[in-house]
Amino acid sequence: MNAAIQPPVAAPPATVTTAGPNPMPALTLGARIRPYAERVLPPVLVVLALVLMWEVAASSPNATLPPPSKVWTDARDLITDPFFDRGGLDKGLFWHLLASLQRVAVGFTLSAVAGIALGLLVGTSKLAMRGLDPIFQVLRTVPPLAWLPLSLAAFREAQPSAIFVIFITSIWPIIINTAVGVRNVPQDYRNVAAVIRLRGPAYFARILLPAAAPYIFTGLRIGVGLSWLAIIAAEMLIGGVGIGFFIWDAWNSSNLSDIIVALVYVGLVGFALDRLMALVGHLVTRGTANT
Amino acid sequence: MNRATNPNFLDISDVTVAFGRSRVPVLNGIDLKVARGEYISVIGHSGCGKSTLLNVVAGLLEASGGGVVLDGKEISGPGPDRAVVFQNHSLLPWLTCYENVKLAVDQTLSKTMSRAERHEWTLENLALVRMTHAKDKRPGEISGGMKQRIGIARALSMKPKVLLLDEPFGALDALTRAHLQDQVMQIHADLGTTVMMITHDVDEAVLLSDRIVMLTNGPNARIGEILEVDLPRPRDRLALVADPRFIAARAAVLEFLHHRHTAPGLAAA
Repeated sequence: MNAAIQPPVAAPPATVTTAGPNPMPALTLGARIRPYAERVLPPVLVVLALVLMWEVAASSPNATLPPPSKVWTDARDLITDPFFDRGGLDKGLFWHLLASLQRVAVGFTLSAVAGIALGLLVGTSKLAMRGLDPIFQVLRTVPPLAWLPLSLAAFREAQPSAIFVIFITSIWPIIINTAVGVRNVPQDYRNVAAVIRLRGPAYFARILLPAAAPYIFTGLRIGVGLSWLAIIAAEMLIGGVGIGFFIWDAWNSSNLSDIIVALVYVGLVGFALDRLMALVGHLVTRGTANT
Repeated sequence: MNRATNPNFLDISDVTVAFGRSRVPVLNGIDLKVARGEYISVIGHSGCGKSTLLNVVAGLLEASGGGVVLDGKEISGPGPDRAVVFQNHSLLPWLTCYENVKLAVDQTLSKTMSRAERHEWTLENLALVRMTHAKDKRPGEISGGMKQRIGIARALSMKPKVLLLDEPFGALDALTRAHLQDQVMQIHADLGTTVMMITHDVDEAVLLSDRIVMLTNGPNARIGEILEVDLPRPRDRLALVADPRFIAARAAVLEFLHHRHTAPGLAAA
């Protein structure tokens, strides 16, 4: 009996494995590309339309700005080869952007560390908040470039002055968001911590910091955006290698096409910085921060 | 259960709670003795201060007068011997279900259990509420009923002397609620935990409790009546529907809530 039953029992797995892929046929190429196309096509079409409008608008003989076709012919080597280096300030855009990004990296790291520390202090201590908050509220409204003369006078060098401008520009949203996050730790989490007697440094590490993390990353995202705004402006005034000075230099030599190319790069890098910060926030907060 | 062993296991005596400078207290002179292993429900209209009473026992709120003694020791401040299952689950969203329970286990049992034992104990409690399959999920990825089960597992994992349930099933749909009530009944039968549950659901109170404490309307709420629920355990919700003792108990609570102490706003003090 057993021998008679066994073959049919053994057989089904073989047929199942061969039949497995059949109920789920491979999607056609069109069906697989479609979701991507639906997201990529609209922005591409809008950009093409805008470039076309710009071409038409700037093609008249008394136009003050160059049309895209002229930008392409004027700044072709700048667009196609961002890595050239002919010494001095005659470098590809990559090197200028890299110099600017290095300043942002240093200034923003300093402001992130100091901003989160100050935010935690202001968020946890009522006394610190009463003492410091009014000062923060006034100082944060000072425009980035207004700090530059003072910082040049204090540091007497371009590099630290530029870094200080980034620092002082980006620190305020980090402080304020961190403090709000700390103050808004939900009562539920505090109750849980109280019941399991989580106190002191353990409370800080296991409850307070993770609960405030989404707020902190919102602050950091705003901060990195402001850093990028500030560095372009500061570099225009302090000179040296950097995308800000590149733009100013191009203006002084009436090279409008170079400026337009640089602006596109500035925008793309700013966008990349913002997305990068959002991604880091998403990973660190394990998905509880909004991206 | 074995009430004769210690009828004064949880002893709430003359607890009065007043907020701020208000002259009229929220709770006034609450006296309640709960035996070890007893399942007790506190019921009343919203705003009558049932949650306030639970918070006092939990130690999250300080009473203005009177005190609470648990197992011979006066309570002061919150602690794991009075684990709370909060109405809105209160799981930490950045931790997985396992980590949520493990945090409580690590925090409360690290002196008596080794690392490996704590890991085992965490898994055991997840299995108790049948949530082993979702142990690596985060609270955002599971349903409300599942979150509440993790909340129950977390509370039980602290080996509490008394389990405090603050309207634990209030935010759930009826079917999930019934399922969880059965689970809690099973756990209570298996572990013999002392339970104090806040609820506004009459059927739930009658089904689960040994005694039902009915509060009068707040402010100035007192214990209006205590009803012994004389139903044998284990209880089966389907069989009870037609049981005259169940119907009588249910009627007594409804009579108290809707006749003698109608919803606030309809009755004057």
